Formats: sequence, C-alpha cells, structure tokens
Amino acid sequence: MQQHEFDVIVVGGGGAGLRAAIAAAEEGATKGTAQGATLNIAMLSKVYPMRSHTVAAEGGAAAVTRADDTVEAHFADTVAGGDWLAEQGVVDYFVRHAHAELVQMERWGCPWSRQANGDVQVRRFGGMKTERTWFAADKTGFHMLHTLFQTSLKYPAIQRFDEYFVLDLLVNDDRQVQGVLALEISTGALHVLYAKAVIMATGGAGRVFRFNTNGGIVTGDGMAIAYRHGVPLRDMEFVQYHPTGLPGSGILITEASRGEGGVLVNKAGYRYLQDYGLGPETPLGKPENKHMELGPRDKLSQAFWHEQQAGRTGKHGDSDVVYLDLRHLGKAYLQERLPFICELAQSYVNVDPATQLIPIRPAVHYTMGGIATDRYCETAIQGLYAVGECASVGLHGANRLGSNSLTELLVFGRLAGEQAAKQALAGAASAAVDTAARTHIGERCYQRWQQKLSHLCDTQREMRSWVPIKRALVATMEAGCGIYRDEAGLQETLATIHQLQQDAQHIRIGDTSAAYNTDLLQCLELEFCLDVAETICLAALERRESRGAHQRLESAYQARNDAEYLQHSQVFFRANAPAELRWQAVDTHISAPAERLYGGQTAGEGAKDA
Amino acid sequence: MRNCSIAVQRYLPHEHAEPFWQHFTVPFDESTSILDALNYIKEELDPSLSFRWSCRMAICGSCGVMVNGIPKLGCKDFLRNYLPRNYLASESTAAVSAAEIRIQPLAHFTVERDLIVDMNEFLVHLEAVKPYLITDAGADETPLEKHAQTLAQTNKQTPAQLAKYKQFANCINCGLCYSACPQFGLNPEFVGPAAIALAQRYNLDSRDQGKAARMPVLNGHNGVWSCTFVGFCSDVCPKHVDPAAAVNQGKVESAKSMLIQMFTGRG
Ligand SMILES: Cc1cc2nc3c(=O)[nH]c(=O)nc-3n(C[C@H](O)[C@H](O)[C@H](O)COP(=O)(O)OP(=O)(O)OC[C@H]3O[C@@H](n4cnc5c(N)ncnc54)[C@H](O)[C@@H]3O)c2cc1C
Ligand code: SF4
Ligand code: FES
Repeated sequence: MQQHEFDVIVVGGGGAGLRAAIAAAEEGATKGTAQGATLNIAMLSKVYPMRSHTVAAEGGAAAVTRADDTVEAHFADTVAGGDWLAEQGVVDYFVRHAHAELVQMERWGCPWSRQANGDVQVRRFGGMKTERTWFAADKTGFHMLHTLFQTSLKYPAIQRFDEYFVLDLLVNDDRQVQGVLALEISTGALHVLYAKAVIMATGGAGRVFRFNTNGGIVTGDGMAIAYRHGVPLRDMEFVQYHPTGLPGSGILITEASRGEGGVLVNKAGYRYLQDYGLGPETPLGKPENKHMELGPRDKLSQAFWHEQQAGRTGKHGDSDVVYLDLRHLGKAYLQERLPFICELAQSYVNVDPATQLIPIRPAVHYTMGGIATDRYCETAIQGLYAVGECASVGLHGANRLGSNSLTELLVFGRLAGEQAAKQALAGAASAAVDTAARTHIGERCYQRWQQKLSHLCDTQREMRSWVPIKRALVATMEAGCGIYRDEAGLQETLATIHQLQQDAQHIRIGDTSAAYNTDLLQCLELEFCLDVAETICLAALERRESRGAHQRLESAYQARNDAEYLQHSQVFFRANAPAELRWQAVDTHISAPAERLYGGQTAGEGAKDA
Repeated sequence: MRNCSIAVQRYLPHEHAEPFWQHFTVPFDESTSILDALNYIKEELDPSLSFRWSCRMAICGSCGVMVNGIPKLGCKDFLRNYLPRNYLASESTAAVSAAEIRIQPLAHFTVERDLIVDMNEFLVHLEAVKPYLITDAGADETPLEKHAQTLAQTNKQTPAQLAKYKQFANCINCGLCYSACPQFGLNPEFVGPAAIALAQRYNLDSRDQGKAARMPVLNGHNGVWSCTFVGFCSDVCPKHVDPAAAVNQGKVESAKSMLIQMFTGRG
C-alpha cells in the first residue's frame, strides 16, 4: 500500500478541478506563508487533464458585460430559467463574480473572440435576455481547459496524478474527510492519499443515458462515491436534454449555431417551434433572444417529442430527426463563426451545412443535480467540497441555462479551492492529526477494495461481462426516465435498475492484467452509473409535478405545483436497501416564483423579471 | 451491415514478451469510425483489448493510433476511408477484406500495453516550453480585486492580433505529429512539433512578454534545429495546427535571437 500526504486533494482535472487547484495554490502561497506553512496540493484525474469533458464545450461562458446589461437581469434569467428551484443567494453570488472570473481567464491567456476594437465579444445564448456569452470561436471549453491546464503548470504546489482512478473517500467517525483511495491505472496499484480537505470535481453523469452528448468518461463517479458515504445527491431528476445532437453518436451541435441564426424545421420544412408557445416566427437571419430557436432547451426538446409523436419527424438511419438549417448563413460566415460545427457535420453525418440540412435530435446533455453542497461548496462531510457538474451548489435549479456552467466552474472552482485551502490551513494550525486513527481508516479502505477488485478479477469464477448490464441500464433510462416521464414508466425503470444492481454482483472481468485494465475501470464506472441512475429515477418518480427539465405526462402532474414541490429533492444512500428521498426548502428570498415565459408571451413581463 | 476484417497489434507486457497480431471481423456502415470498431471488439469479441478514448468527437486528443502505418485519431478516421468504393452497394455478404485494416499504437512512443503509449514522453516537452502567458513585473500574478467587477479589465487584443497565434492554439495534444516525425523517432529528446507550436502560440500572443524565457529551449541542441523539415507532422495533424510552420518560424526567431546574442552577449 503506497501512502501520500497532502494538504488539499482535488479529484478531477476538468475546468472545475483545475480552477480549484489553482485557487488553492494561490491561497496557500499568500495566506499560507503568513502562517508559516505552504500548501501541497494533489490533483488526481482518471485521464490527462486536457482530455476532461470540459474540452467538448462549444458555445461559451456567461457574464454580464455590456453597459446595457445588469447582474439583476442575469439573476432573473437564471432563476426563471431554473423554474424557481435555484438557490437565490447562490445565484446572486454567481452573477456578481462571473465577470471577474472571465477576465481572470483572459489574463491567463484564454483566446476569447474579439470585436474590431480589441474588446471581448459577447454572443446571444438561449434563455439569456441579453448578449452576455463570452466565446472562443466554437471551442470555448477546449480553450478554457487548455488555458487552465497550461496555467496550472506555473504552480509547483500542484502535484498531478494523471491517470489515477479514485475509488473511495476516507472519512472518520466524526464525519471529517481524511483523504482518498485511488488506483494507479498504469500499474493497477492502490494508493492511499491523506489530506485535510478534498474537492470533488468529477463532472456529470450523462453516460447513464443511451443517447448523450457526453464523453465516455462522464459516468458520475464522484457523485456515487460521495453518495455512498451518506452525502445526499440533490435535484437529480433534472436532466437536461440538448435539442441538437447528431443522430447515432449524440455529438453536440452547439446552441451557438442557433444564436448565429440557424433555424429548426420538421420534415415538411416547417419551423414547428411556433406551435409550442415560442413564436411568433422570427424572420430568417434575425434571431431574437428567448424566441423560437433561442427558447430554453427543455422547451425545444419537448417540442421535438411532440413532433415525433405526431409523425412529423424525418429519419436518419434508425433515428427520428428534425433538421437544423444553416444554409442561409453562407459558407464564409459559417467557416468564420462555426468552423467546428462544419467539421463535425461533415465527418459524422457527411453533411455540408453550407448546402445541406443537418439532421439532429435531442440528446442527454447535462445533470443539473449532484452532490449537495452549501453556498461555500462544502458537503455534509466536513472538509469535503464538491464543484462543477458533479455538484449541486444550487445554481441551476430545475434547468440550467446554456453558458452558465462554464462560468460556474470558474466562480465556484475558485471558491471551493479557497475554502479547501482555508480548511487545510486551519487544520494545520489546530491540534495534530491522529495519524494512527487515520492510517487505520486508510488501511481498512485499502483492504476492502483490494478484496473487491480481486473478487471482480477472480478467474476461478465464471466470466460474466458488464456490457449487457450497461446496455440494459442506458436503454431503461431512455425509455422510462427521458424527456417525458410517468408513474408506470418510472416504476418499471426503477425496478429494472434494482435488478441490474443485483446482476452487477455477478460480474467477472475478462481482462486479468494489472496494467491499464480498462475492462475493470469500465465495470467500476458502470457500478457508479447504477447508483446515480437510481437517484435520478427515484427523484423523478417522487416529484409529481412538471418543472423545468422534469416533465410528467399525467394530467394531474403537468403543471408546476409550488404548494407541494417548491423543494429540492435529496436522495440518501442506504446500504443493502433502496435509496431514500427527503425534501429540502429552497431559498427564494430575492425573487418570488412566477411563470416562465418565452416567445411572444414575454411582451408584458417587465414587472415579473425586475 | 457489411463486415470488415481488422488486425490489431496487441502487447501485454506481463503475459507476452513480444507484441503480436490479432484479427477480428467487425460490422460497419458509413459512419463507423476506427474507434467504434475498437469498442465493438472490446464489448463483443475481446474485453482485454485496451486503448484510450473519451470525447469521440476529435477534441480530447486521447485516441491516436497508427492505421495502416499512418498516425490517425481513431474517432475521426472512418472504415469507409479504407474500403473500395461502392462497398455498401455491392451484393456480396463476404467480409470486405480487400484491404485489411491494421491498427497499431502510435509510433515513436514507448508502448505500455496494446494501443496505449506513454504520453508523459509527450507532456514533458509541452511543459518545457513554459506554455503560459508571461508578462512583465508579474502583472498577471496580482490577485483579482475580488468583489469589484468594474475594476477588472481585460487586455485589448484585435482580431488581427488574435489571428496571429490562433491556429497554434488549436492543438489538442494528440501526439500524432510526434509519431509522424522522423527526428523524434531518432531522438526522443527533440522538443518536437506540438511543443514548438505551443511555444509559438505564446510567443506570438500580443499579451505575452515571455519569448526570451522560451527561446533557450527552442535554440538548444534539441530545439528547432533538430528538425530537417520533412513536414509530415503538418500532414497528419487532425486540427490543421500546421506545426511545421511553427518550427520554421521558430528557426527564424532562433536565428535572430542567436545573432543578437552574438552581438550583445545576451539572449
Ligand atoms: C458537448 C458539450 C458542450 C457543452 N457546452 C457548454 C457551453 O457552451 N457552455 C457551458 O456553460 N457549458 C457547456 N457544457 C457543460 C460544461 O461543459 C460542463 O458542465 C463542464 O465542462 C463540466 O466540467 P467539470 O470540471 O465539472 O467536469 P469535467 O470537465 O467532466 O471533468 C471531470 C474530471 O473528473 C475526473 N474524474 C471523474 N471521475 C474520476 C475518478 N473516478 N477518478 C479520478 N478522476 C475522475 C475526470 O478525469 C475529469 O478530469 C457542455 C457540455 C457538453 C457535454
Ligand atoms: S500539432 Fe496537431 S498532430 Fe500535433 S499534437 Fe497538436 S493537434 Fe496533434
Ligand atoms: S476520443 Fe477524443 S479525440 Fe478521439
């Protein structure tokens, strides 16, 4: 058993993890030296940091920028977009710190797209009333991730553990975090890393659904790990579909393509969104915020479902599709503003957007819920923080607005890093750690996992693949827990998940090598997925109303029901028993719940959005 | 669906001392990528085949492999590219094997297992060129004015200034250019195409003042002068970074800085 000692451990090397690690390093360098200590920070990631899925974000990052925009307006858009389930104090903090964080990225070299005068340019984004989305061509996440990764190289305090797969947390009887257990992928060796503070930044869980825009590594690991230690997962029923994924692969065609003027048509060539409360039809080439194609994502995905039911969708392979029309933008403009989209369409569906329609359909995109934290990103376990898509700090409520989450990685990544550093510094200053007790926890955890892993790979047992279980899981999630949900479908899916959890006990890995056993890793990821899927499904079942991304088909549940459900769901793990759900009050102290209005309905809304 | 035969080079360091070839038959259609084929093999035929991937959309840089001897991104290279025209229209149900597709790990790197190579050999070169903005007086080090967003100002940078380095900022660190580079094959200490492109990305950024700090690595024994200008690196780059152009620019810069050094005694 190899052991390491750090002050702060960051699990995850995506945008959130990198920003947190840099913040912790800076906090350690400034405050730490004053207290006679510097901080040692470990950053573990199951892939090299620049492979993290932040790399795939295309559209942009939001912050109030223009003189005619206000933080109050960004607040109002975010809270209304989230159907009043956002924590309003958290949203308020977010909108006030967003701009400074994007400026910080600029100072670190992020190649933001610019106006002729050299200022940063902002673009329209769905659900945002004003242009406030910063972008770097159509590769915003890619440029942010590489800028953060490259900048992190300046900080010797950050020690990277690339391709280390975190399996578990070390937690003592007083519910304080003590460190993590990780598997070194290149050797198969287990490592125990101790620290006074641990930050989970492990990203979302889109891979629990069959059709999704996420990378293969987005499997909810951190959510499941924290959950198994009693930290509730909050608002998990809110899963965002992106209306424009490519059929087959699910690869994302960014919303920016609609912001630039792309329109959606059904197989008859009709702009069907006007039939779903998003009209009146905006003229070609004149997109308007919150109208038609720039309405919120959930409404657009739901409109697809209705068109599909009515038989007005086309076919691409065996997928039902509608079409994104970019032809009127012209080749030159497309090459300048949406080069990546042109490349993707050409490669993956063999379509040239300058002359042809792009077939698209909704795909699971983003998990609004996650590890429940307070406004300082701390969880129910002392010293354990969570940030980024794996966390539920309360920013997104029932539906995330596009371009809020990249900014979230920065605003809350910094906050989590600073808080964790403070925790570590306070820990260093206070009583000495009980190393014997801690080592005991580390050894116990190590042994438990050593046993589990050798059982999984035990060639005495009959080989049993994880593949059929994974396929059954993603299929049942899609069927029973998709864009629209009802009691019967959810019950069935929940029962299927419980059965699959049983089946998973019998898996025996086919690959028995120690080095780079990706078969084993995918099996462990599937186990994480099963737990996360259970929380999604249970919360979806218990929320008997429709709100944001969660839509029920039963007529009694088709409306939002504030009297009963203006509450966060929290799902708790129960060992060897079904999970348990509890409700938690929502902070609505700034803006009282009102209706979400889009399209022509917004005409007289001034007062409500103030 | 038609079938296609694929050969994959395996290497299991603890089980076999030497790499060996394994042959598979894989169903495919027009949109099946090399990565899809590998995943099919792993899920249906042999779970022990190991390779890296994540985004499956040519942006994370994980999935580089050699396909018929050429470095490729597995997720952006399609079986259709290797098969006779009209293969889908043909009546025959026999596996299309006219051109068996051969997949190997990226050349010039140490193979760790199967299609997985040691990427640290690539990362050390990236890290060596100080790939971050370096500004005078450490202006970038000043912590942000925390709560006063109006105080935080961006640098100005015109679209023309951005265009100067933009292309070199598009590198996804896939390492294909290192597998294409004969010099890197001979001398693993050579800084290499992507790292030189990254150095140029910052050298050409109007906000940066770090060129002097980066030049020693580029001027050095394993810097730009190791390159014999084969240009294959730019041919294989999936993101049109054109690292060969960066190496050439680097040579010009290096010649200048060495001349200055000769005349003034400083670098
Ligand atoms: C295609 C796409 C486009 C998007 N576009 C936008 C956009 O335009 N604007 C916007 O605001 N948002 C966008 N989003 C959402 C946004 O990109 C993500 O929410 C965000 O990048 C998540 O960042 P993260 O740091 O939380 O997680 P990730 O970037 O996913 O990083 C997770 C990290 O955790 C590590 N990890 C996970 N599990 C383990 C484990 N067990 N052990 C060790 N390490 C582990 C991984 O290796 C990785 O480093 C988009 C999302 C997708 C999928
Ligand atoms: S320069 Fe091109 S080939 Fe080389 S690592 Fe970067 S993206 Fe890959
Ligand atoms: S899987 Fe990400 S580049 Fe191929």
